[in-house]
Amino acid sequence: MNNSVKHYLENLAAGIETDLNNGAFERNAGHDKTSIFIGAGTCGLGAGAAKTKAAIEEYLKFNTMEADIVEVGCIGFCAVEPIMDVRLPGRNRISFGKVTFDKVNDILNTVIAGKTMTENVLGQFMSDELKPWQGVNDINQHPFFVKQKRLVLKNCGVINPVSFEEYISRGGYAGFIKAVKTLSPEDVISAIEKSGLRGRGGGGFPTGTKWRLAFKTQADQKYMICNADEGDPGAFMDRAVIEGDPHRLLEGLAIGSYAVGATVAYIYIRAEYPLAIQRLKIAIKQAEEYGLLGHNILNTGYDLKIKIKMGAGAFVCGEETALMHSIEGFRGMPSPRPPFPAESGLFGKPSVINNVETYANISEIILRGADWFSSTGTDKSKGTKVFALSGNVKNTGLVEIPMGTTVRQIIFDIAGGIAFDKKFKAVQIGGPSGGCITEENLDIEIDYQNLLSVGAMMGSGGLVVMDEETCMVDIAKFFMDFIQRESCGKCIPCREGTKRMLEILQSITSKPKSNDDKDALERFQGVMQLEKLAKVIKETSLCGLGQSAPNPVLSTLRYFRHEYEAHVFERVCPAGKCTDLRKFHIIVDKCTGCTACSKKCPTSAIIGSRKAPHFIQEDKCIGCGACYETCKFDAIEMI
Amino acid sequence: MEKAIDKILENYENCGRDSLIPLLQEIQEHEGYLSEVAIVKTGLKLKIPTSKIYGVATFYNQFRFEPIGKYHIMVCRGTACHVLGSATVLQELESILKIKAGQTSRDGLFSIEVVACIGACGLAPVININGEFFAKVTTEKLKEIVESFIAKEQTI
Amino acid sequence: MNLTIEINGKKYQAEKGETILTVLNRNGIKVPTLCHMKNFIPSGACRMCVVELEGSAKLVSSCSFPVSDGMKINTHSPRVLDARKTIVELLLSNHPDDCLYCVRNANCELQQLSKEYHVVDRRIHGIKNKHKMDHSSLSIIRDPAKCILCGRCVRVCEEVMGVSCIEYINRGSKTLIGTSMGKGLNTSSCVNCGQCIMVCPTGALSERNQTAEIQDVLHNKDKVAVVQYAPSISVSLAEEFGMKPGQDINGILNAALRKIGFTYVFDTTFGADLTIMEESAELIDRIVKGKTMPMFTSCCPAWVKYAEEFAPDYLDNLSSCKSPQQMTGAIIKSYFAQQAKLEPKDIFSVSIMPCTAKKFEAQRDTMGREGINDVDMVLTTRELIELIKLHGIDMHNIEPELTDSPLGVRSSAGKIFGATGGVMEAALRTAYKQLTGNELTNFKINAVRGLEGHKEARIKINDMEIGVAVVSGLANAGKLIEEIRNGRNDLHFIEVMTCPGGCIAGGGQRIGITEKVIEARMNALYEIDDKETLKVSHKNPEIVELYANFLGEPLQHKSHTLLHTKYFKREVLL
Repeated sequence: MNNSVKHYLENLAAGIETDLNNGAFERNAGHDKTSIFIGAGTCGLGAGAAKTKAAIEEYLKFNTMEADIVEVGCIGFCAVEPIMDVRLPGRNRISFGKVTFDKVNDILNTVIAGKTMTENVLGQFMSDELKPWQGVNDINQHPFFVKQKRLVLKNCGVINPVSFEEYISRGGYAGFIKAVKTLSPEDVISAIEKSGLRGRGGGGFPTGTKWRLAFKTQADQKYMICNADEGDPGAFMDRAVIEGDPHRLLEGLAIGSYAVGATVAYIYIRAEYPLAIQRLKIAIKQAEEYGLLGHNILNTGYDLKIKIKMGAGAFVCGEETALMHSIEGFRGMPSPRPPFPAESGLFGKPSVINNVETYANISEIILRGADWFSSTGTDKSKGTKVFALSGNVKNTGLVEIPMGTTVRQIIFDIAGGIAFDKKFKAVQIGGPSGGCITEENLDIEIDYQNLLSVGAMMGSGGLVVMDEETCMVDIAKFFMDFIQRESCGKCIPCREGTKRMLEILQSITSKPKSNDDKDALERFQGVMQLEKLAKVIKETSLCGLGQSAPNPVLSTLRYFRHEYEAHVFERVCPAGKCTDLRKFHIIVDKCTGCTACSKKCPTSAIIGSRKAPHFIQEDKCIGCGACYETCKFDAIEMI
Repeated sequence: MEKAIDKILENYENCGRDSLIPLLQEIQEHEGYLSEVAIVKTGLKLKIPTSKIYGVATFYNQFRFEPIGKYHIMVCRGTACHVLGSATVLQELESILKIKAGQTSRDGLFSIEVVACIGACGLAPVININGEFFAKVTTEKLKEIVESFIAKEQTI
Repeated sequence: MNLTIEINGKKYQAEKGETILTVLNRNGIKVPTLCHMKNFIPSGACRMCVVELEGSAKLVSSCSFPVSDGMKINTHSPRVLDARKTIVELLLSNHPDDCLYCVRNANCELQQLSKEYHVVDRRIHGIKNKHKMDHSSLSIIRDPAKCILCGRCVRVCEEVMGVSCIEYINRGSKTLIGTSMGKGLNTSSCVNCGQCIMVCPTGALSERNQTAEIQDVLHNKDKVAVVQYAPSISVSLAEEFGMKPGQDINGILNAALRKIGFTYVFDTTFGADLTIMEESAELIDRIVKGKTMPMFTSCCPAWVKYAEEFAPDYLDNLSSCKSPQQMTGAIIKSYFAQQAKLEPKDIFSVSIMPCTAKKFEAQRDTMGREGINDVDMVLTTRELIELIKLHGIDMHNIEPELTDSPLGVRSSAGKIFGATGGVMEAALRTAYKQLTGNELTNFKINAVRGLEGHKEARIKINDMEIGVAVVSGLANAGKLIEEIRNGRNDLHFIEVMTCPGGCIAGGGQRIGITEKVIEARMNALYEIDDKETLKVSHKNPEIVELYANFLGEPLQHKSHTLLHTKYFKREVLL
């Protein structure tokens, strides 16, 4: 236990004005020691951060240097991981990207010598008291960061996530202490209502309203639950927050529990996030150690225990009632609502379920006020939103933007545009429950309502960018396949309906079994069914998974009908992605008869003798493209 | 194996249904999979019918009923990974190891599992072998990775 | 009724806490349901009961949605009808296309809905799931390909029986209903009660049908076909043949059985009287000699299997008496065989039961001697109905006939075995006589009558107070056993019936009966008891003769060999 931190917290609780820096409990008080930060979130590790760290350790040993190596979370700039920051005594922290293990030596040599280099430099963290680096930009002015407004991600990639002191030094737990010591639960709920905060898990339901409903319901036990299941494929916002700044989540969860009157809180986190789980366990222990969780917190008489429950691999458990059943030890199958969880939820008691990002916003709202929060964003959507950018963009990663930012700004300004300078085709927002935004709607301002009006939805924040080589029918099929695998199977429209829709999508993206009319007729009938089935599934499914399952299909049908028609009527995939529909043709004049392609063909579809032009038999060809890749003479074309 | 399960069960005295999933997770972490013996003992301990336990275990992706390989390879099936070619990665992996997803190689060395989303979408396509992440995996890189594990085996 | 809601433009009264469906049912507005079961918490799985709710973009399930003042719903708008029809079509797209060959042809809820919603095209095509049938059990056949996953069977097995041998397995479109580890039903904890069949809307669950086998036997000149039928059978056939539910057609039944081809027609109710003689003697023996208490009845084979699996520590408490079916069977192949000068091996003994578990009981190792089964085959009421129709018998136009001797006379005490509480009442009547030497002044013991799942009474006999309990529905039996395990010791005799309400609502009965029908059957049995003069088993002249000429005394060596049995702990996946 760090006594100066303990003292600071006691002062805060007693309402005594305390200066954060006076406590001087941030790592390297007075900055007399070198710190080297390495981005070690799951994506950093995936990019080779472990090797980089080993190289740093080697370097220090070899040069008999002393420095602290701090593993931080994900700053969100995944495209340039591994990221290494160096903070020399008295100087600004300087950040480098793409620091693979082989670059460590050169970079560290240059930095320690006090020189700057332009290669690999991302920027420097400006500070009034420390000496800046010449010729190095403010990192916040980097095109990736300049349009962002990092509130939720404030500490991610910057602080050491397992250091309680660092969280405190940046204002941590001041919000919670303010709430339990000076505000009533009613005050807290009013503040959240006034702020206009809406659920960040995808539903966009006003958080304050949800809390008030649970607050009003009388019961001998209430539960606060954090949905950290993050099942949307393509979404990793919650993972980054928990890995990089776990206390932020705990603080928000604790404030919410206090407001609603819950004495037990659960964090339901997917088992596929082992690092995040580890960080959470450490954070909870620390908070308990300092008396911020547990029995009679800060002498207020308020008890709170936070427990962790691991998911076991079911996307549907991101649905509120299914999540609660999973905590209870049952199959994660949703229940009809009403009754709503705020009235009757976990173990039959009033429960509130919110997403990680929602909780991550809470402490600042309490500390800085509802008006401060609602000054950002649009009329109906306040605050910021964290998006996980992936797909065919130059800068994949995590970004946090104020609501109202346009999609174009995110993709082209922040993310640097389409990878390999290809052409933009569409961006999928909202994962398997969402829809796509096309060129014509790129200037739409991000806001819950706006997105719905174009057939998409905010979702949890997954943004997958697609270029001209993406087949939208394939994307619709991909999402429907995902939904089919993850459907719980309880209700008929979702269980059977999505399967039928998937079968129809499969039939139009694969080679017909025969060329006869019956097959074709069934295919056309199937396509006409798509929209009709979609309507019934949307209207009658038991839970949100089924109700939003047809969205990707409906959205792609709306904006890319011509692609569907090409698949159905012309039996061709315009993007060239659906291999079954690809046709290849050998240009007789260019073919040298080298037989390389026929050797590669998995179905022996290519015939021809040595030195004579070869020929592809269409009925044996499965469109895999192996011959196309192999031919050194450009003699094979895709038609 | 039974002794290990008994030891784990000792910590679950007088526990209710809400301990079922954590208990199964703990058993699988130790044993690698859920055996019939494990399920029967769990049922007796928590006083839950085995059909219900089996029903819960088969609902969730995480639980398996057969042992996995020494090197368990998880291939991510998320959106980003899909857009960046994870289907080809899986196909290639299946052809190199000569097993399909969900199976274990006969020598017990490798098993393949397709998972929903690892959450490292910025570095798609991603695979995970026994906890070690590999990002931006291409078919060439895949061959190298698998060979490195085989080589590691041979030096043991 | 303090709320007003509007349904299809008209106003109706409702009470806070009710669901929309309750109000609809009360007012005769019929909305289809598939997963809904009365008195069970709504699961909201099938979505067939959806209605339009003003202010809601989605349709809501009326089975679970609570009423609120001023709500406006539409139950049969084109949007709702189209949604329901599509849901039926979706089910059909993953259902075998073989109605004409199905055991539930003409009595299937899916078929009915398909007709109601005018499904006449195969508009939705799909790849159908392939699931293997489970033929392992002696009583129940499972066909998961026909299962629509309504979940009724799972809930009945769990909540009403406390057995939970089946559950949803896997997820999504791979979901099926299965047992622990996916093994056959015969190795699971299934007690064969067949209540799952009674709630199944399709042909996914059915009894092991032996009508083809019995046809072979009836045509076999080398075998003498003998039949007995349970007390509840004669009051359980009426509505199938257009008669008033509960009407007793005993004489017609006898005639029909002979027409079908049985040579001798006996009444299991005779066996019930016999069971009372033995069991009453056993109860008195236990009380007087201070042996293991309380004593449980053992005539219900599903209960016996339950005890062997879930309460093996109470097997000594189970009466060692065989069930009436098995006792009758044993007497047929000994006493009757002697009288009729037949070789036991030439007799093919069949019983007609409202029960699927009896098929299992007849095959128990202990039920027979020297390789000869007490009962060779058990047919359910449903199979009997099939046989009657197969043989073109017009139940309205045949002369009633009598049962054969020497197993044809029965008391009304034996007849009430068919209802929950009947065994208890019959046993108490005889026990009272045996203990006091006098007959009861009032034979009606109302405290043990009625359809509640748990009834108790205290009966004064001489200077003893006998504590009795009657439970139906195995979950109630389980609860009572827990009480006894925890120290409760004021009960002497407990009747357990697996099926709620008793055998009249057994797992082998006609499918599609309502609570009213069960009540009618129960009332019919008690009316017979009211009207008849032979109200006690110990006065049954054929019973008296049987003991005098053949058995000697109850519990003595011959009775013991023929009429008593053993139980053993079963190792199954609980």
